[in-house]
Amino acid sequence: MAEKKSLGKEFTKGLIKENPVLRLVLGTCPTLAVTTSVSSAVGMGLSATAVLVCSNIVISLLRKVIPPKVRIPAYIVVIASFVTIVQMVVKAFLPDLNDKLGVYLPLIVVNCIILGRAEAFAGKNKVLPSAVDGLGMGVGFTIALCCMGLVRETLGSGTFLSGVSSINNGSGLAIPFLSQHPMLIFVLAPGGFFVFGLLMACANKLAEEKGLPKAVLHGCENCPMAKSCTIKEKENCASGEEVAK
Amino acid sequence: MTELKNKLTVSASPHVRSKATTQGIMLDVIIALCPALIASGVLFGLRAIAVSAVCVGVCVISEYVARKVMKRSNTIADLSAVVTGLLLAFNLPSGVPLWIAAIGSVAAIVIIKQFFGGIGQNFINPALGARIILLTSFPSEMAKWEAPLSWKTQVVTTASPLASMYNESKQFTTENLPSLTDMLLGNRAGCLGEVCAAALILGGLYLIIRKVISPVIPLTFIGTVGVFMAIKSGFDMTFVLYQLLSGGLLLGAIFMATDYTTSPISFKGKIIYGIGCGLIASLIRCFGNLPEGVSFAIVLMNILVPHIENLTTPKPFGSVKEKKEKKVKEDKAS
Repeated sequence: MAEKKSLGKEFTKGLIKENPVLRLVLGTCPTLAVTTSVSSAVGMGLSATAVLVCSNIVISLLRKVIPPKVRIPAYIVVIASFVTIVQMVVKAFLPDLNDKLGVYLPLIVVNCIILGRAEAFAGKNKVLPSAVDGLGMGVGFTIALCCMGLVRETLGSGTFLSGVSSINNGSGLAIPFLSQHPMLIFVLAPGGFFVFGLLMACANKLAEEKGLPKAVLHGCENCPMAKSCTIKEKENCASGEEVAK
Repeated sequence: MTELKNKLTVSASPHVRSKATTQGIMLDVIIALCPALIASGVLFGLRAIAVSAVCVGVCVISEYVARKVMKRSNTIADLSAVVTGLLLAFNLPSGVPLWIAAIGSVAAIVIIKQFFGGIGQNFINPALGARIILLTSFPSEMAKWEAPLSWKTQVVTTASPLASMYNESKQFTTENLPSLTDMLLGNRAGCLGEVCAAALILGGLYLIIRKVISPVIPLTFIGTVGVFMAIKSGFDMTFVLYQLLSGGLLLGAIFMATDYTTSPISFKGKIIYGIGCGLIASLIRCFGNLPEGVSFAIVLMNILVPHIENLTTPKPFGSVKEKKEKKVKEDKAS
């Protein structure tokens, strides 16, 4: 029973408390790049989730075999193989999505969330918790991307679910008024940053109501990853020293 | 002893206080903007007044609501939201739909001002930030220039001078341009507040005389544009004058670049800031894709202000650099 409860926690922490995008501020590059529509945001989120779960399982299985000194290259090899598989699957079955995501699909290899979870969690936990952790983080990532995609697509191009070929031949549902006067800034980079900042503020507010510390961009204090972070313990970590002082 | 006590008041510093209040300064700015507001009313008719009213109204309401929601003290009484609203309206063409003006006002106050902490904390000028958001969001609506004085008979849309300055072979020509007197009085297409150069200069002089703004930033800003354009055109003075009077240069240099929060404090900093603004604005005008670059120039320099301040921090009187002190000590020791 206790085991089950903690597994549930491993899953739910990825949604708000340790949401990779909004709280840990990881994987911001795909977050800003592919969230101009809901459909590509969902596609990106699900592909990353698939890679995350699979790589977490394999890395967790290999955690006693991989020598600590070369763990990063080893993790990258594992992650890259899964990204290749996912990319082939998407190319074969969802060619439109593949075109839309473009270079960002293979770039999942260097997505900080996946390497970060491998480093912080899968490398030192058992297989089942690692898989659940990967799933939770992936779902959290997908939710964050969907929220951004929803705001940016409805306001920026005045459509909903464009790119899904079963709806209006891929042009999506046109929203009255908004589709005649789209606010172009939302599909451009500055709008992406604005929406990202506002969503982070909302996530902080939600976390604050639950009594969690605010997300900070520097220092170990208040960092949601502080618990699992190993760098802090070593003496050569600059931010760790700051906290110690 | 008791007599002495009555004569001396012992208190903590500051001992000299200025009577200037935020409200007073903002009121001065509003007074200085009035000539341009009246000019826009004369030139573009009731439509101009309606746009201004919507901007000011929505700005004040969103300031009130934002402070209320964030549970902070109310700041609408300091009139800064009114100034933001007026400046934003001055940056819109008269043909702009009123709901776009309202969106701009909300963006200026809520996103750019209140989310960063309210008055004194905004990282860029709120009115200019909103103008840029609107310009990137609604490019066609933001270019609805109306010919001045056409409201009396039938509204005619026309190109702004900056867009019609060059002929097909990209040579400067006055063929399609209003005369320089018209440019000075505002009988030309453009945003509400930027057309009447005379009214803007009048307002600027009032602010300088009242010591609300220092003339350093406007002069270096306009001067840099003037020198740049003179060099570029081989000292063709008509071209320089048209460049100085057209677009939002005067409005930006006098009212927007001098915003206290987003401009440097020190004299040296002000000069660097003014020259930077002028240089970026001229570069965008001459080599960019957009006809007008004043707003982008000011916003870009706004972002650089903290760094300019760091570079130009004045030395406290009598202070010596640390390195020199060490050397002196070493010399003494030897």
